[in-house]
Amino acid sequence: MHTFEFIRPADPAAAITAAAQSKTAQQGADVRFMGGGTTLIDLMKLNVETPARILDINRLPLDKIEDTPDHGVRIGATVRNSDLAYHPRVQRDYSVLSQAILQGASAQIRNMATVGGNLLQRTRCVYFRDTAMPCNKREPGTGCPAITGHNRTLAILGTSEHCIATNPSDMCIALAALEATVQIQGTKGTRTIAFSDFHLLPGSTPHRETVLEPGDLITHITLPPPTSGSKHLYLKLRDRASYEFALASAAVVLTISSGKISRARIALGGVGTKPWRSLEAEAALTGKPANDTTFRQAAEAALRSAKPQSENGFKIELAKRCLTHALRTAAA
Amino acid sequence: MSDDDTQSSPPDPTRRKFLLTTGSGVAASMVAAYIPAIANTASGESASASAGPGPHIEGAVPITLRINGKDHELRIDPRTTLLDCIRETVALTGTKKGCDHGQCGACTVHVNGKRVLSCLNLALMNDGNEITTIEGLGTPEAMHPMQAAFVACDGYQCGYCTSGQIMSAVALLKEPCGPDDAAVKELMSGNICRCGAYANIVAAIQQVRKGA
Repeated sequence: MHTFEFIRPADPAAAITAAAQSKTAQQGADVRFMGGGTTLIDLMKLNVETPARILDINRLPLDKIEDTPDHGVRIGATVRNSDLAYHPRVQRDYSVLSQAILQGASAQIRNMATVGGNLLQRTRCVYFRDTAMPCNKREPGTGCPAITGHNRTLAILGTSEHCIATNPSDMCIALAALEATVQIQGTKGTRTIAFSDFHLLPGSTPHRETVLEPGDLITHITLPPPTSGSKHLYLKLRDRASYEFALASAAVVLTISSGKISRARIALGGVGTKPWRSLEAEAALTGKPANDTTFRQAAEAALRSAKPQSENGFKIELAKRCLTHALRTAAA
Repeated sequence: MSDDDTQSSPPDPTRRKFLLTTGSGVAASMVAAYIPAIANTASGESASASAGPGPHIEGAVPITLRINGKDHELRIDPRTTLLDCIRETVALTGTKKGCDHGQCGACTVHVNGKRVLSCLNLALMNDGNEITTIEGLGTPEAMHPMQAAFVACDGYQCGYCTSGQIMSAVALLKEPCGPDDAAVKELMSGNICRCGAYANIVAAIQQVRKGA
């Protein structure tokens, strides 16, 4: 691990001022905010992350879960994943989020990891994590050995010729389906980003993963008011039953009236280079009868643009079955 | 061939006492040299267990860590993980280093009553926090009920993961967990046991939960 200076900013403004000195907020950042540390310390030990300065934001006043005036929920960036998953309102009104968090990582990691940090979770691609290997995400321009190498767990949606790394988050899949928003405070003030716009596709710049600029601090995640009567499900398929990243997962929020789907919000995990909201699946479901034919059509629509690699072609059918089964279970 | 020796009741030394006291003195000197030599893995220099005279650590910063109810005034390299600080600086070696990357659970400790992985945590993040390690749970003479249950149920084989398993299990008692074995297995999935003592570990936890 490289040496760094450890600083605990007194308030968000001080944190932002200190972080704004970084040349980038993306891969290679020389200043990093530290929340739970579950991703960052791991990557610092591997020398994938080498910040010269660590800003400990754990004591900033961003640790509350509060109702918003319109009956949504505002979640502070340093709220722990476990506290969010077990929060009574989240369990009652946003069950898909609670389910997704509790199917991710382990109890210890959920106690440490913050909500803001989960949005910045890095890929588990073995080439990204190994500094002896080329990687366009870690070192732009060096190439992507995953495309011709070990890619069984990597992405089939949103890939480019430069990067096929999977976004590993479960929580973010639920947040995409719930149409959350991200509140960011930076040097130019505060702004709100739709969840689907927060993460970037790799394209030709896979080292840029989010819209964050130097000094930008995620302060809150906000959930819109819940849709009454909606059915929630997070289904995760993986190589072992627990404590494993998804091969494919589906977050489903359905509203069904008189046997017809009046509203559908769908996101897929384990298959995309970013948390994968599927507008195609939603369109295929809306207004249709809630039956297996509809569900399968939605799954076909969701995976239509999928691009398999040498080892991960199985994910296309796996993701289709995952979504179909999730829809069937939620609708039952 | 006589098997008298194997039938006689063996003394009951701990592994550490055994290493420190046996035979040639080689083991003893190795252990004695080993502890300070890796006292600070991040800097490659050693750290003393308390402030004051001791080896100089470049860039070290002061911190007070409260572990098992006792305050420790330390100077540490900022890179020191909570795990390395507990084991090498404070010399509480019950907490184990397995993978050092948050994948095995051997390093589980409690911070403010909640179980966390001490390998993915900087010691510096923990001033003012109440840290509990396996040494703070019970003693050989007065074991925590979970420690006693692990002994009664044989919830280990080699023992390396055991302190992490027990720290996790004790924290689980206060977490939302369904009554059946499947719920326990799910919430214990962050603690890997390569000997495969899982069935007995679950039995030990259920014994404590049913007795509580």
